[in-house]
Amino acid sequence: MKLSPKISQKVAWIAMWIAGVIVFLVLIGLVGFVFLRGIPTLSPGFLSKPITEGGILPAIIGTIYLVLLTLAIAVPLGLGAAIYLAEYAPKGKLTSVVRYGIETLAGVPSIVFGLFGMALFVIVLIGTQSILAGALTMACLVLPTMIRTSEEAIKAVPAAQREASLALGATKWQTITRVVFPAALPGIITAVILCVGRAIEETACLYATLGLSLLTPTSIFHGARTLSLHLYMLATEMPGDRGALVAQAMGTAVILICMVMLINFLAHHLSSRYMSRIRGTGSCEF
Amino acid sequence: MVESEKTWHNLPDRVSSRYLIDKLSRRAVFACAAISLLVLVAIVAFILREGLPAFIQIGVGEFLFGAEWSLKGQEFGILPLVLGSVLATFGTLIIAAPLSIACAIFLAEVSPKRVANVLRSAIEVLVGIPSVVYGLVGMAVLVPVIRKLGGSGYSLLAGIAVLSVMVLPTMTTITEDSLRAVPRGYKEAALALGATHWQAVWRVTVPAAKSGIAAAFVLGMGRAIGETMAVYMVIGNVFAFPTSPLDPARTMTTHILGQIQEAAVGSLHLRALFAVGIVLMIFILIFNSIAFALRRRVQ
Repeated sequence: MKLSPKISQKVAWIAMWIAGVIVFLVLIGLVGFVFLRGIPTLSPGFLSKPITEGGILPAIIGTIYLVLLTLAIAVPLGLGAAIYLAEYAPKGKLTSVVRYGIETLAGVPSIVFGLFGMALFVIVLIGTQSILAGALTMACLVLPTMIRTSEEAIKAVPAAQREASLALGATKWQTITRVVFPAALPGIITAVILCVGRAIEETACLYATLGLSLLTPTSIFHGARTLSLHLYMLATEMPGDRGALVAQAMGTAVILICMVMLINFLAHHLSSRYMSRIRGTGSCEF
Repeated sequence: MVESEKTWHNLPDRVSSRYLIDKLSRRAVFACAAISLLVLVAIVAFILREGLPAFIQIGVGEFLFGAEWSLKGQEFGILPLVLGSVLATFGTLIIAAPLSIACAIFLAEVSPKRVANVLRSAIEVLVGIPSVVYGLVGMAVLVPVIRKLGGSGYSLLAGIAVLSVMVLPTMTTITEDSLRAVPRGYKEAALALGATHWQAVWRVTVPAAKSGIAAAFVLGMGRAIGETMAVYMVIGNVFAFPTSPLDPARTMTTHILGQIQEAAVGSLHLRALFAVGIVLMIFILIFNSIAFALRRRVQ
């Protein structure tokens, strides 16, 4: 049986609509379900009590520690590498090897970073599972994101701006720090925000490096857990009343989803402003 | 006189310091790039250093094709894990591929702009949701549903379903990009010859974008085989050959996650886990190289 072109067009279009609606419903269903189940758990006590009393305060503090320390390691390193790749790297074999290497690093699964972090940071360098070991592991994981996104931002700055600065007698480094960097800043901030997002959501690389401690961390040599790691422990490993633990996990998931949405919004907002500035239609503050 | 002399003496200093800074910063950023590359080298080196001895000690054949993993007998065979990973990955491809092509065509060709924008931001949110949240929802929603079909509910099928949702955004986004990269003229020529919109899309645009679409699938598979937390939470993590989608299974990633805390430093057990990591990396490397080559063909 062969359908006439017109009918097959209609059938196909309906099928495409259905696919689009399914994907949309999956998101709505997922987020809606988590919110329905999780919001009743949310209360000031949930946010401010220790884990042993059913709160998540230590996990919040652990997340903050981990994110800040990860950024402190990955941002300078990644930005430096991005500047090198965008401004200095000669176009040749070696540079493409570096690019391919970074590309490959981006594809390494989180759990392999976890193995590596345990072998190098936990066993060889630091000796215990700790925030420092977790942050070093996480920094390795977010590094490719940081490099690629900020390299693109730096490359998007028009060459004419560099040439104008050089023509005025500035050195290359002065041009980079005073002309290129400010122009690329929104893109670089987007890169940092993306790294924050990954540091919040990645879990497998932290399972054997961060230490899973229930207590509020007070130093980077202590163990800790992030919100996502805590969610995982609640849902699978922690002993106790299953129902209550899953409810807490749902509450934690609500907070995680809210953080991720905020991060998406910030990254989106900044990058669209940044694009309009590159095209010369937005406001120019610098 | 004194003032101008001062200026004169200061000037060369400043000029030279400016150039000194220029030189030093160049070296500093080069060092950053070198360290970044070194991280990759270190990862590979450490995984190999810890994992390769296990291959030798256990024997390559026995390790890859053995079906027993017991600490008492010091037997380490990973065939069920490899099979679990491969089944989960291909199962994911079977569910996610048609859906993501349809969704990409919907975004690129069918939907009104507003609807496309809403769907695109929904997809962006899906990308950002932590994998443990997918796992949690899978545990709370999918597992009870699958339990009604038979078994405990914690199953290969649950893993595949969760993975499909997780890779869908990546696959849809890259597929849509490659559909959009096809020159307008192709479709217009088809329309001018009297093809319907659907015929033009399905017989001209999609075939023209096939390298990019294939790259999207391979990248999705790479993500699926590397995913750990969400799969661990729903797949049951039983070390056995699954005989039906309703059976529990264990993948390479969930195996590493489940045992990493128990393995003693320096033991054959830990080295065997690194060896599982090596096998996993080889799979990922193959997927990535295929995707890289396919994308290069697009450009």
